[in-house]
Amino acid sequence: MDTSLPEPKLSTLYQELILDHYRRPRNKGSLEGPTHAVSLTNPLCGDEIDLQLRVDGDVIREARFIGRGCSISQASASMMTQLLKDKPVPQALALAERMTAMMHGDEAAARDKSLGDLRALAGVSKFPVRIKCALLPWNALTDAVKSS
Amino acid sequence: MLDAARIRADFPLLEQQENGHRLVYLDNAATTQKPEAVLAAVADYYRTTNANVHRGAYSLAIRATEAYEAARAKVAGFVNAWAPEGVVFTRGTTEALNLVAGSYGRANVRAGDTVVVTAMDHHSNLVPWQILCQEKGATLRMVELTDDGRIDLSDFGRALERRPKIVAFPFVSNALGTVNPAAQLARLAHAVGAAVVVDGAQSTPHLNVDVQLLDCDFYALSGHKMLAPMGSGALVAKPALLEAMPPYHGGGEMISRVWDDHATYNKIPHKFEAGTPNVEGAVGLAAAVDYLEAIGLERIAEHEQALAQVAIDKLTQIDGVTVYGPRDHRAGVVSFTYGDIHPHDIATILDQDGVCIRAGHHCAQPLMRRLNVPATARASFYLYNGRDDVDALAGSLVKAGALFGYVPA
Ligand SMILES: Cc1ncc(COP(=O)(O)O)c(C=O)c1O
Repeated sequence: MDTSLPEPKLSTLYQELILDHYRRPRNKGSLEGPTHAVSLTNPLCGDEIDLQLRVDGDVIREARFIGRGCSISQASASMMTQLLKDKPVPQALALAERMTAMMHGDEAAARDKSLGDLRALAGVSKFPVRIKCALLPWNALTDAVKSS
Repeated sequence: MLDAARIRADFPLLEQQENGHRLVYLDNAATTQKPEAVLAAVADYYRTTNANVHRGAYSLAIRATEAYEAARAKVAGFVNAWAPEGVVFTRGTTEALNLVAGSYGRANVRAGDTVVVTAMDHHSNLVPWQILCQEKGATLRMVELTDDGRIDLSDFGRALERRPKIVAFPFVSNALGTVNPAAQLARLAHAVGAAVVVDGAQSTPHLNVDVQLLDCDFYALSGHKMLAPMGSGALVAKPALLEAMPPYHGGGEMISRVWDDHATYNKIPHKFEAGTPNVEGAVGLAAAVDYLEAIGLERIAEHEQALAQVAIDKLTQIDGVTVYGPRDHRAGVVSFTYGDIHPHDIATILDQDGVCIRAGHHCAQPLMRRLNVPATARASFYLYNGRDDVDALAGSLVKAGALFGYVPA
């Protein structure tokens, strides 16, 4: 059996930090009294996310999610909910744009400290079919705040 | 087993490299690659024979019509259809099943009636029946499965107590590989007066199918899953049923005479083939039938079942891998999960080694719910796959395990 080491590209994709968020997702569960809630699915692979926010004035006080799916979508959701805490909505939307830019290979975005742990997902940009997975929670965020 | 390496040489696409590796194509339940003979038949049709069929009065159009009708006869022979006019060309299984639901179903199912399907049906043999039942106020009864992924015969019996008008099931499950006892199910359903609809998408490419022996009423197949072009396929039906059915689509070709406010319809099968048909698809399908018959469906089935067995043995040796579906009576489809690695991640990792598998719900969401998984990974074999492909699959799967912290067994 071929047990040679995986390609570097794969090791960048499946970093420790990503697997950690996949296996121990932060902010998983539902909120009491959310002000915003959105459910999205990725029909390609069946990834699902229910995102709930508690927005107070213009500030996201808390974000939680319930999801099923691949390591990329779940890690992205976990990291995103961490990052959103106490962020004003316009800043959250700006982060969604940075994240999207990073997914499309923007290297400046991949070095942007404001993305926090999410920078570990930069490798996804090399796997075009997986970009949708990483962006699923962010699309849920955009839908949630824009629908109100 | 077949000499897969020799067969592979007939398939130009399989000579490709993917991500620097030999392409290992294991998604044959989704679609199959095409041999040179099929590609040549399609090209030759356009180079020498192309004209609109059943219309022109000139020799070229007559030759095109002959090629199209010869393809129909070829497909009829391949599945031992009741008659060539019982073969309606469609875009594939999905369209064939929608034709049955939309024409036979709408004419025969009334409020309070029951239509029976199974929990392993592909969405294309489920959603058309949902739409029909919703429209008619009829009940859709889904037959449950046994734990090892077969149709539960006692639940099937209970469903038949409702004296359904239609009973639909797959001959072979695309998600589990289960080969259902189709002739037995058809006999039981006929005994309560139901019409029997068999989804043959996964059986026609891989088994020696005889629709008269099955004694179903309707049988749907897809050309692209059996080496033929996409957009080719057929509904095979008892001619008397087709005669009595209202048309499905209206347009050219399906009519006999047209007045301002009504029309009379053409003979079968043309009544169900409105518009310009996919002649290249039919010609390609006939070439695919020739190719498959030259090798022999029994040998192909034997080869795939042997490969599936090797794959199941290898995969279950990997700690953490679960294989779904029955141990026997199965086709060359192996559906599995590996620990908590999501199937989509498995597919990405395998792709880096040139190994193409499917990850997802396989258009069978009710089944996935019953298996209690969001998705599975699926390897599905065909005549050009060999043991080397199974080795590549298993080797790459061990890599996936390593990335996710699983220790190779
Ligand atoms: C069991 C089964 N039924 C129906 C279909 C639908 O076939 P098609 O997409 O060719 O219409 C498929 C393939 O996707 C299948 O595997």
